[in-house]
Amino acid sequence: MSPVWVIARRELASFFDSLIAYILLVLFLGFSGFFTWLYGSDIFMVGQASLQSFFNVAYWTLFFFIPALTMRLLAEERKTGTIELLLTKAVSDRQVVLGKFLATLLLIAIVLLFTLPYPLTLAFLGRPDFGQIFCGYAGLLLLSAAYTSIGLYASSITSNQIVAFLAALFISLFFHLIFGMLSSQFSGLTGEVIDYLSLTGHFESMARGVIDSADLIYILTIVLAGLQLAGFSLSKRNLD
Amino acid sequence: MDIRIEHLSKSYGAQIAVEDVSFEVRTGEILGFLGPNGAGKSTTMKMITGYIGIGGGDVLIGGKSVKHQGQELKRHIGYLPEHNPLYEEMPVMDYLEFCAELQGIPRVHTAVRLRQMIRECSLDNEKHKKIGELSKGYRQRVGLAQAMIHDPEILILDEPTTGLDPNQIIEIRKLIRELGREKTVILSTHILPEVEATCDRILIINKGKIVADGTADSLRRQAAGQEVLQVKIEDAFGSDVDQALHLLPGVTSCSAIDASSGRWEMRAVPGGIARRELFQLCVERRWVLTELIPVETRLEDIFRNLTLN
Repeated sequence: MSPVWVIARRELASFFDSLIAYILLVLFLGFSGFFTWLYGSDIFMVGQASLQSFFNVAYWTLFFFIPALTMRLLAEERKTGTIELLLTKAVSDRQVVLGKFLATLLLIAIVLLFTLPYPLTLAFLGRPDFGQIFCGYAGLLLLSAAYTSIGLYASSITSNQIVAFLAALFISLFFHLIFGMLSSQFSGLTGEVIDYLSLTGHFESMARGVIDSADLIYILTIVLAGLQLAGFSLSKRNLD
Repeated sequence: MDIRIEHLSKSYGAQIAVEDVSFEVRTGEILGFLGPNGAGKSTTMKMITGYIGIGGGDVLIGGKSVKHQGQELKRHIGYLPEHNPLYEEMPVMDYLEFCAELQGIPRVHTAVRLRQMIRECSLDNEKHKKIGELSKGYRQRVGLAQAMIHDPEILILDEPTTGLDPNQIIEIRKLIRELGREKTVILSTHILPEVEATCDRILIINKGKIVADGTADSLRRQAAGQEVLQVKIEDAFGSDVDQALHLLPGVTSCSAIDASSGRWEMRAVPGGIARRELFQLCVERRWVLTELIPVETRLEDIFRNLTLN
């Protein structure tokens, strides 16, 4: 079995053993269910067979929840010293990072799987566009991948979980909000570049049912950069 | 697999942790790595296991360089780090299984290895408990079990007996001695009797440099320089004995431990001349020699001499 998968399985089991997974499930389903079906601009208020309101809520809840999931991944191992045990086994730094990334993403996928009754219910109420819904889910997973890799990097630079949480939130905030707000302040090429850096635009187009290669490249770049940086800060121990 | 360490160095910023350390450990040898706190023991071990990068020089394991083929060599090394860090929330069995899978043990062999480790480390009654619930002694056994799970040819144990009770210490030492017959073992400790009880060879390191290398006996001989004898002479006046002992050929110094009961400690040049002379003296003066104990230089003294400067 690949070491990446061995690490991912242990990490996933530890999410469930430490109740984090269950708390996340309850909170995420509670929030998204409440705002999708019961309150504010919910589905009945909008009056369309679309999951747009769910995607909007999930976009924000994941932004807050993912740093809470990733904060312990490497910071805790550093604090307790288990990182030394892990890295002296027959695994590379990169495999450790990948395993942890995979575990978090799998947990989020499981949580999203629990919202499948939403589109099913919608199918009873009207005629939703399943292609669009599929793209929305894919968008949520891609967004989660980006934030998970940012969180993993934040967790790799410190042994304090709170610092890791805040650092992840801070970095993610740029992609989530600040670039979007800044782009309207600039015109021309600068404005376009900053606008491209904002996750909001990319996610909105995905939630509308359009997955562009530009969106994919954008997300993959963030994911790879995050994982690479996390790998770097793990192997920094090798330098004087 | 032999370990050869060649001019190994490492510094953290301006602080030199290990400086030009070279030694060799052969298969079937248990090397005791001694040194005061902060001498560079753990740093050396971390470099051998590939946890931290090698500053200068190299470590060769079975002829392969840790610097260049470290990833491949990890499979042959079992490592118990200092403070024995473990995943507290995991049950013992799950944890050992996790370690076995990480070390690439084929699935079909995992169950057999697990059972074997549980038996060898006497973890049978604790195997389903979470590691966090175990006492320190049992946690140490889990640490040893995870280091040995893949039957590595090399064992690096950083203070393996800390926190164990005397019975457990004896058991663990026995286990290490048995393992040492066919494996290459490096163990660090600052419990000196432990080294004498377990190790074939001793290496003392101080301030990042090797200050002594040899068996316990050879170190003693090196350090001894002179023979220390404890004697008890009866039926004699204290002042007479004092005077006579001082004049004895070969004796360099002499002092009373307890003059009233006739106990003296004398230091003499090695070779045993002083012992013969002492016997003749007692016969001549009709004193009764009831005790003659050669006092061995203790390992503690050697250690103190070499590391306090």
